[in-house]
Amino acid sequence: MEFLAFLVRRVLWSLLVLVGLSIVIFAIARIVPGDPARMALGPTATAEQVADLRADLGLDRPIVEQYGRFIAGLARGDLGRSLLNERPVASDIRDTFAATFELVLFTIMLAFAFGVPLGVAAARWKDRWPDNLVRVFAIFCAVTPGFFLALLLQILAGYVLHILPTTGRLPPSMDFAADITGLVTIDGLLRGRLDVVLEGLRYLLLPSIALAAATMGQIARITRSSMIDVASQDYIEASRAFGVPERVRVFKYMLRPSFVPPLTIMGLEFASLIGNAFVVELVFAWPGMAAYGIRTILQKDLNAIMGVVMVSGVFFVLVNLLIDVLVGFVDPRVRIRGRRA
Amino acid sequence: MSQALLSVDNLSVDFSTYGQTHHVLKNVSLDVPARSQIALVGESGSGKTVTMKAIMGLLRQPPATIAGGRIFYDGRDLLTLPDKERLKLRGTAMSMVFQDPMSSLNPVFTIADQMTTILKYADRRLDRQRNGRDRLARVHEVLTQVRMRDPERVARSYPIMLSGGMRQRVLIAMALLSEPKLLIADEPGTALDVTTQAQILKLLKDLVEARGLALLMITHNLGVVRETSSYVYVMNKGQVVEHRPTAELFAAPREDYTKALIAAVPRLTGGTRFGTAEVAP
Ligand SMILES: Nc1ncnc2c1ncn2[C@@H]1O[C@H](COP(=O)(O)OP(=O)(O)OP(=O)(O)O)[C@@H](O)[C@H]1O
Ligand SMILES: [Mg+2]
Repeated sequence: MEFLAFLVRRVLWSLLVLVGLSIVIFAIARIVPGDPARMALGPTATAEQVADLRADLGLDRPIVEQYGRFIAGLARGDLGRSLLNERPVASDIRDTFAATFELVLFTIMLAFAFGVPLGVAAARWKDRWPDNLVRVFAIFCAVTPGFFLALLLQILAGYVLHILPTTGRLPPSMDFAADITGLVTIDGLLRGRLDVVLEGLRYLLLPSIALAAATMGQIARITRSSMIDVASQDYIEASRAFGVPERVRVFKYMLRPSFVPPLTIMGLEFASLIGNAFVVELVFAWPGMAAYGIRTILQKDLNAIMGVVMVSGVFFVLVNLLIDVLVGFVDPRVRIRGRRA
Repeated sequence: MSQALLSVDNLSVDFSTYGQTHHVLKNVSLDVPARSQIALVGESGSGKTVTMKAIMGLLRQPPATIAGGRIFYDGRDLLTLPDKERLKLRGTAMSMVFQDPMSSLNPVFTIADQMTTILKYADRRLDRQRNGRDRLARVHEVLTQVRMRDPERVARSYPIMLSGGMRQRVLIAMALLSEPKLLIADEPGTALDVTTQAQILKLLKDLVEARGLALLMITHNLGVVRETSSYVYVMNKGQVVEHRPTAELFAAPREDYTKALIAAVPRLTGGTRFGTAEVAP
């Protein structure tokens, strides 16, 4: 019951944030200096052509009406057309977002699957060699720039060892269209094409390792410090005094209360990687939204920029909502008090 | 001496930190006969908790080392017992009541979860066969013994949903799970308000008497000593400086240190002017 109330509160809060976000994005798009129509058409266009495009885009309307149209479009899933090639922005974003989402999802899973156990091991053998090793490794991962790692991996695994593919999502020879969810591995699974799933994973591996390293380092570090903090709590000593074995103390009594900080980090990283993946996407020729977003910015394609930012924002809010729910699930104090402990 | 349930004989414990050795316990001896109520009193830092941890086998070595002495439980020397045998006694034959009800329960698991887990591993150590449902029934049973009105609801609760007094009673119930013969209570209830603390001490005393347990009450409060013990050991700087029947000690304290302790501590009375205040969750 209290969980439902907690959930409703969180959802309402997220909606509020989304409304705020749409206003901010709209305002910024209208405040940036320069006329989007002029920018799109270039210096050689005539004044009439510019005026036509402005009318087309509704830029000559009162600002409130423009915002109304913007919102109405959003509600229909219509993000307008690209100012450059007239393609609907929404469909470009849909295609590229799926690629980025698959990459980032896999990245986060890698970071979590390795970061948490490393952090637990470091805390369990605090100040002994496993801890020192993990700490050095985590720092190393956290400070290595993503593009450097991306190039290193590409050269090493791709060109020197020839064990993994270095560009794209699937071999060009493979005849497969990810047309259900847009995620190659998931669609391969849904269509019963195991060969596609395996190839998809092979293609995912290098870019996602390059992208995961920093996040994994962070998750390992925060898990370690969180575990060490919990280890010194009275309730851990109490469970020892009651004869609960160490294995249970570490993996049950310590890990669960320690789980909230890494979960929170995971949420933040998940959302910010969507935008920050562009370097890795460019290096590995990954047809993702992060790279698309950068291109649209360089080309000053206003509608596309707004679309990318809006989609990233919605994704950010949704991921955080999901994380809040998970945190509430892990820590009853949160869902009972309705805030983080 | 050998007929006592628990007997600490000339126990010395050192702590080494940063290359320095501190003699934290010096030749501490004390006896807890079966069904007796013994108090161990002393100011902060006098070594009460270290004594308790040594008895329970909870001292971490290093930094601690047992420099000398023996600890007998039921005639067996705990310090020479194999780890496995020793573990069989911890939380089962001898059990602890923890001091701070706010911090001694895991915040993210229900009371039932925490108590059945303790019971599960106690059962395993003692080769007792019992299934999950029987364990839960036992949990409800001990919660009833500590006078919970609605044991099933308490068992389903997370610690945060219970008042301080209720949590302290859960901690007592936890200690009772495996029917120990000896309860060691390190300052129980000092984190609670005076009224609730008095109720907790009364409950503990009643339980110990009704179930024929021995109680070692560790405290720095002579008011608690007077309420809960018949014999008292006074500790100062790692040594037992005086030990006598409680009534005698209060009538005529011998040591200046004891006199100072008695003078310093406000009386703790069982009843209260404000009536009984059981805080609803
Ligand atoms: N882990 C440790 N490392 C070093 N010294 C310790 C350690 N634990 C306890 N001591 C020392 O042992 C002495 C006795 O501590 P102890 O906790 O037994 O006191 P206490 O009588 O229980 O006090 P209180 O009433 O405050 O609980 C203190 O001087 C303390 O500094
Ligand atoms: Mg103490």
